[in-house]
Amino acid sequence: MTIDADVDASKETPNFFAPWHRRLFVGRRGLVASTVSSALIVVAIALLLFVAPGGATFRYVFFDGHNLWLAWVGDPRLGIDSLRDGMVTNIWMFLVSEVLVLFFGLMIAWCRISQSPVLLPFRVLATAYTDVMRGIPLILTMLIIGFGLPELRLPVISSQSDAVYGVISLTLCYSAYVAEVIRAGIYSVPNGQRLAARSLGLTQTVTMRRVILPQAIRNVIPPLLNDFISLQKDTAIVSVLGAIEVVRAAQIFSAATFNESGLTLAAIFFIVLTIPMTRFTDRLLAKDRAKRLVHE
Amino acid sequence: MSDVVLAMDSVVKRFGDHEVLKGVSLQLHRHEVVCLIGASGSGKSTLLRCANLLEAIDEGHVSLFGQNLVDPRIDPDLVRRHIGMVFQSYNLFPHLDVLENVVLGPVRALKRDRAEVEEEAQALLERIGLRDRAHDYPERLSGGQQQRVAIVRSLAMRPALLLLDEVTSALDPTLVGEVLDLLVDLAHRGTTMLIATHEMNFARDVAHQVVYLDAGVLVEQGTPEQIFTNPQHDSTRSFLQRVR
Ligand SMILES: Nc1ncnc2c1ncn2[C@@H]1O[C@H](COP(=O)(O)OP(=O)(O)OP(=O)(O)O)[C@@H](O)[C@H]1O
Ligand SMILES: [Mg+2]
Repeated sequence: MTIDADVDASKETPNFFAPWHRRLFVGRRGLVASTVSSALIVVAIALLLFVAPGGATFRYVFFDGHNLWLAWVGDPRLGIDSLRDGMVTNIWMFLVSEVLVLFFGLMIAWCRISQSPVLLPFRVLATAYTDVMRGIPLILTMLIIGFGLPELRLPVISSQSDAVYGVISLTLCYSAYVAEVIRAGIYSVPNGQRLAARSLGLTQTVTMRRVILPQAIRNVIPPLLNDFISLQKDTAIVSVLGAIEVVRAAQIFSAATFNESGLTLAAIFFIVLTIPMTRFTDRLLAKDRAKRLVHE
Repeated sequence: MSDVVLAMDSVVKRFGDHEVLKGVSLQLHRHEVVCLIGASGSGKSTLLRCANLLEAIDEGHVSLFGQNLVDPRIDPDLVRRHIGMVFQSYNLFPHLDVLENVVLGPVRALKRDRAEVEEEAQALLERIGLRDRAHDYPERLSGGQQQRVAIVRSLAMRPALLLLDEVTSALDPTLVGEVLDLLVDLAHRGTTMLIATHEMNFARDVAHQVVYLDAGVLVEQGTPEQIFTNPQHDSTRSFLQRVR
C-alpha cells in the first residue's frame, strides 16, 4: 500500500459543516454554550442550598453574616478571639517559608545538576533528600519536627514556637518539590545558551547565575506559583502542633459559638491570598514577554 | 617567535564508537582566514568545538600559542577567553538586551570595568549600525542583526582567534550578505578566523586556506585557487560539483 496526500481529484469534496451534536460549540455559539452551562451550575448550587431539607440550617451554620463578622472582629467580653491573629501567623509563616524554599530549592537543584567533582557528595545527598522529602506526607514531617526537635533539648533549636517548627517543616518539604521544578527549568534552557556562555570564557558558576538560571526561573514561574499556593494552604497543617493559625482559630471559634462561619471565613482568607499572587505573576510574565518579543 | 595561533595535530574525536574526527591536523597562523568546507556530518562543528575545548578530544594534540591544551593543568575558561565562537543559531541571551549581551563576557569573565566596556560595546554596535538597538532585546532583531550582534559579542572579548560555525546557514538569503560583509571587514582587519561554511563564493573570496573535510578526514587543504579550480581528490571534486 502506498500512502499519499489527497491527490485524487475525482473524489467527493469533504463536508465542513458541524454535525448536529457539535452545533452548540462551533463559532459564536460557543458563548451560548458557556452561558447555558454557567446558568445550570448556579441553579444546581441554589437548589442544594435553598431547596435541600437542611438548606436553612446549612446556610445559618456556615454563612451567617453576624457570625462571620464576629469571627473577623472577635469579642473580648465573650472571650472570642478574632481570626485575624491566626491569619497573621499563616501570612508570616508562608512568607518566610517561600523565601527559604526558593533558596534551598535552588541550592538542591544546583547540586543535582552540577557536574563538578567537588559537589559529588552533595549531588548524592540532594538526590536522596528529594526522594525522601517528596515521599513523606507533610503532616508527618510536621509532627516529627514539631515533637522531635524539642526532644533534642538543644539550645535555640529545641525552644522554638510551633509556628517556627511549621516553617521548618514546610521548608523541608517544599524545597524538594521546588528543586525539581527548578531543575526541569534549567534543563528547558537550550544547550546553545550554555555553549555560548562557556565560549565567552564564563565559568560554570557564572554561566549558571547569569545565563541559565534567569531563563530557567522565567520558564517555571507558573509551576512554581502552583507550589507556592499549595504551600500557603499547607500552613494550616501546623494546627496539628497546636499553633493558633487561622484554621485552629476557626475551630476554637466554633467551639465557643456553635457556629462554623469561622471556617468559611478561613476559606475566604485562603482564596483572597492566592488571587493577588496569581495576578501579580501574570502581570510579571506579560511584562517580560512584551519587553522581549516583537509585538507589532 | 612563530606566528602559529592554533595547531591541531592528529586529533581524534569519538562519540561512543562513532569516530567523528579521524586524526585531523591543521595549523592556523596569525591574520590567517581558514575556511572549513565539507558535507553535512563531516565533522566541521566538532572540529571547531574541539578547538575551544567545548569537546574533549580522545587522541592527538591541540595547542594555542604553543601551549598544549590537552595538559591537565590547563584551565579551559582561560583558553576560551582568547577564542571567540559564533554559532549557526546565534545563541544570543534572550533575557539580556543587546548591550548586556555584548558586555557580559568582558565584565564577568575578564572582570573589566563596566563603563569602559560599555563604551567599547557601543562603538562595536556603531560599527554594525545597531547602536540605536542597544537596549532592544535580541528576539526583536532580524536574524541578520542577531548574528551580527553575536559576532560583536565575541569581538568584545578581543579574541586572538575567532571560530565561526556556519554563521549564515540559518539566515534568510536576503540577510546573508550583511553578515558576510562584516566577516569580510574582519578579515581585512587581520582577524584570525576558522570558518566552517557552505558559502563557497565567500570562501573563495576571503580564505587564505581552504580545508576540505570528508567523514572526519582532512582530505585536502590549499589556497582557494587550488581547491576550487584544481582539486586533487575525487571526493573534493564531487563535493564541489554537488554544492555548485
Ligand atoms: N554530541 C554528540 N553526540 C553524538 N554524536 C554527535 C554529537 N555531535 C555530533 N555528533 C555526530 O558527529 C558527526 C559530525 O557532526 P558535526 O556536527 O561535526 O558535522 P558538521 O560537519 O558540522 O555538519 P553540518 O554541516 O550539518 O553542521 C555527525 O555524524 C553527528 O551525528
Ligand atoms: Mg555543523
